Amino acid sequence: MTDHQTATTHEHSAAPATGIKRWLYTTNHKDIGSMYLIFSLVMLLIGGSMALLIRSELFQPGLQLMQPEFFNQMTTLHGIIMVFGAIMPAFVGMANWLIPMMVGAPDMALPRINNWSFWLLPFAFGMVLSTLFMEGGAPNFGWTFYAPLSTTYAPPSVTFFIFSVHIMGISSVMGAVNVIATIMNMRAPGMNYMKMPMFVWTWLITAFLLLAVMPVLAGVVTMMLMDIHFGTSFFDAAGGGDPVMFQHIFWFFGHPEVYIMILPAFGIVSHIIPTFARKPLFGYHSMVIATSSIAVLSFIVWAHHMFTVGMPLVGELFFMYSTMLIAVPTGVEVFNWVATMFRGSMTFETPMLFSIAFVVLFTIGGLSGLMLAIAPADFQYHDTYFVVAHFHYVLVPGALFSIIAGVYFWIPKWTGVMYNEGMGKFHFWLSFVGVNLTFFPMHFIGLAGMPRRIPDYALQFADFNMVASIGAFLFGLSQLIFVYNIIQCIRQRGCPASPQVWEGAEGLEWTVDSPAPYHTFQTPPDLDKLQYSNGHN
Amino acid sequence: MDHSFHRPKLQLLFIKSIIINKKIIHSLFEIFSKYTHTLFTRLSNIIPPLSLILLSARANSAWELNMVESATAIGREIHGLHMTIFYICVAIAIIVFGIMLYSIIRHRKSLGAEAKPFHESTVVEIIWTTIPLIILVVMAIPATNTLIAMYDTEASDIDIKVTGYQWKWRYEYLNTDVDFFSTLTTTQDQMHGLETKSENYLLEVDNHLVIPINKKVRFLFTAQDVIHSWWVPDHAIKKDAIPGFINESWTKVEKPGIYRGQCAELCGQGHGYMPIVVEAVSEEDYQAWLINQQQAQKNANQVSELSFDELMVQGKTGYDKNCAACHQVTGLGIPPVFPALKGSAIALGDIQQHIDIVVNGKAGSAMAAFGEQLTPTELAAIITYERNAWGNDKGDSIQPAEIVSFKQAQGQ
Repeated sequence: MTDHQTATTHEHSAAPATGIKRWLYTTNHKDIGSMYLIFSLVMLLIGGSMALLIRSELFQPGLQLMQPEFFNQMTTLHGIIMVFGAIMPAFVGMANWLIPMMVGAPDMALPRINNWSFWLLPFAFGMVLSTLFMEGGAPNFGWTFYAPLSTTYAPPSVTFFIFSVHIMGISSVMGAVNVIATIMNMRAPGMNYMKMPMFVWTWLITAFLLLAVMPVLAGVVTMMLMDIHFGTSFFDAAGGGDPVMFQHIFWFFGHPEVYIMILPAFGIVSHIIPTFARKPLFGYHSMVIATSSIAVLSFIVWAHHMFTVGMPLVGELFFMYSTMLIAVPTGVEVFNWVATMFRGSMTFETPMLFSIAFVVLFTIGGLSGLMLAIAPADFQYHDTYFVVAHFHYVLVPGALFSIIAGVYFWIPKWTGVMYNEGMGKFHFWLSFVGVNLTFFPMHFIGLAGMPRRIPDYALQFADFNMVASIGAFLFGLSQLIFVYNIIQCIRQRGCPASPQVWEGAEGLEWTVDSPAPYHTFQTPPDLDKLQYSNGHN
Repeated sequence: MDHSFHRPKLQLLFIKSIIINKKIIHSLFEIFSKYTHTLFTRLSNIIPPLSLILLSARANSAWELNMVESATAIGREIHGLHMTIFYICVAIAIIVFGIMLYSIIRHRKSLGAEAKPFHESTVVEIIWTTIPLIILVVMAIPATNTLIAMYDTEASDIDIKVTGYQWKWRYEYLNTDVDFFSTLTTTQDQMHGLETKSENYLLEVDNHLVIPINKKVRFLFTAQDVIHSWWVPDHAIKKDAIPGFINESWTKVEKPGIYRGQCAELCGQGHGYMPIVVEAVSEEDYQAWLINQQQAQKNANQVSELSFDELMVQGKTGYDKNCAACHQVTGLGIPPVFPALKGSAIALGDIQQHIDIVVNGKAGSAMAAFGEQLTPTELAAIITYERNAWGNDKGDSIQPAEIVSFKQAQGQ
């Protein structure tokens, strides 16, 4: 009897709790992963609806739907929600689901912290969204919230905004600590660092970036709070402060932040392309080195967001050169994906389609990034729609496409049901056309001289804006197919998936049943017996 | 600064959200029908043969694809850099996507392609690290040279201080008395579709920044409130105007003409409504303009007695231009952010307080201090108008001289 009791307390109960308590109290990495993913999907739809409102207003010149004040609230909330509510939690959700299964661990290293870091998010975003109904309106100073527009001239809701950024930051830091602890301590025996799957590697690097920069963001919003309520003058020139210092601190966070949103995407694509090319990743070692180099370089390029603030010439040159340098490791990543496809035996299921589109369209975003790095030319590009086109190319068909590809790729493992391939492909083609129709014309209107963040524009920008708006609705509405496909999988409608799922898939997650049992790898897997090589030797 | 929060009761909030939703849905329906109509008319305009599109090379031609070639030497250099880096990107894209496309077509499983599991080649990795590095170094050299030239603000012929305000520009010609504001002239009716949009919709101002051609003009940028950014694409100048700090830039325009630009840094709700119009003229015209402008400014600051009707007429013009973006043409505002003036305590209350808020603004809110932006006549007219329009009917009026004495009492 005592033996039996010891056994049950040491092993988790086999079945999850039922009802709402399962989700409130869960410390299971799969449950928490699912909650993160669903939360980010909801945020994607909310942030996306705001984007559609913005595009409706910009459909033609003139003010039709909203006043400029509300327009600014929409651009601000759209940015904040997409960055902190949709993209980042989606990657954390995937990390939760996949990292323990990929390294052969039973769960995340810090399960209770895991629960808390998820449950902070609904409160943070509930608070952000509630500002829409506050006196003075929601934050209206853009997601980059430059002082003094966000301090002296901000609506009162800025205080709630600051508080929710703090909560998001705490959630992200705890998530990052958890990922690092899991990867460093809980790998199955025999899985050394250079045998870790790419997704695990990219997340390890991302987690360190998060640890390094989220406190900086917390610092900058705290300084804002002090300026607003406690009479300090960090960013107020009248009191001896410096508004440009805000931008330096913000972008010291903000530039690594963009890599936080793209490195896990590199990891996802580095799983999908080898699977459907039926070939190992061309250069695993160089990919790991390239990803690490990007992470290191990302700390010394921040002021390329600020070429027009009047930095000294030497500063401009330094940040121009360092930014150009970051193109080299990024190029290595792209060349490696292409070399992986070369002479493969390719099939084109939905995850592969999204991954190929990722490589092409992310590269376009990368190349326009290279153009933006040329400081003299940036004086013309800066704060125009060219920049809007650039960062949407790296974030929508970049980060978001990789997330969609990853969901299609792993959802059979998560739910045990194959998604509807025909609908998946239909979703892909509509998204592909829609995304390009939306964002490609923005390059042109930007070069032609349209500033970003304006609710109304001169007549020569009308035609491409109309095209972009039509594309936005096509792209936005086609995501409903994705939602439907996911719901069908969750409701167990569709063919059951085999444990292997994909012919060419490699990795520990494919050695467990589909759907993955509630508890996996409670005893560490024997890598030798599984002939685990992560595609390379 | 008052930062206390007025939390509406929960029920009120709920009702408010329903009202907002209803409003949005209603306007969505309205707009949908309007849009589908414009969409079809516009599409029938844009789909006809490409040659037609290319022919329409007007100053305002739509379907503009590329950066403007510029009216300055620096601008042309930047355009050259832009095209070079663009072609480099196109070349890289063609090679990378070409190889990828080739694999996608040839190396498919459905064609019986078998995977060749080659991987890891240090030589290949070194090659594709080195080649981009060399390209970047080659690119960095001309870019560095251009940047050095852009930063050389020495030996200027004319210095102009540019100050960004929410939401207008102020131009002070240093070493002269010329000092004026430049404000958008596009009407609210045009923005709201009640009037046909003019050719330079949102890109037109009352007072142009006039500069002579072939002279090195140095600009000193700063701002009164938040950060703005002064951008004229044709001159390839974009510089942030930052409160408390001075930035520099310069230009030497070669061709006479009118060049239009916009504020490029989000600066609040009027960010899209503070365009820049530069008028480049010959040296003689410039000198003549300077003299005229100095005289005109003197005249504008002189005050004379105006009748109630004159004040009301001038007041409406001034109000629509300076106040209606927030307080609306109807005086109803957009509460709670922008309060209504119709029936408001200030417009119907003590006249000195009314003058005070218009002249000095309200700290911590979007209400700017108009004391230095407008002439005493304009201020008097606007205040009179606000007290008597939209059924406010106070019946009192303010003379420009009263504004002058108010400002003198404040020591301005």
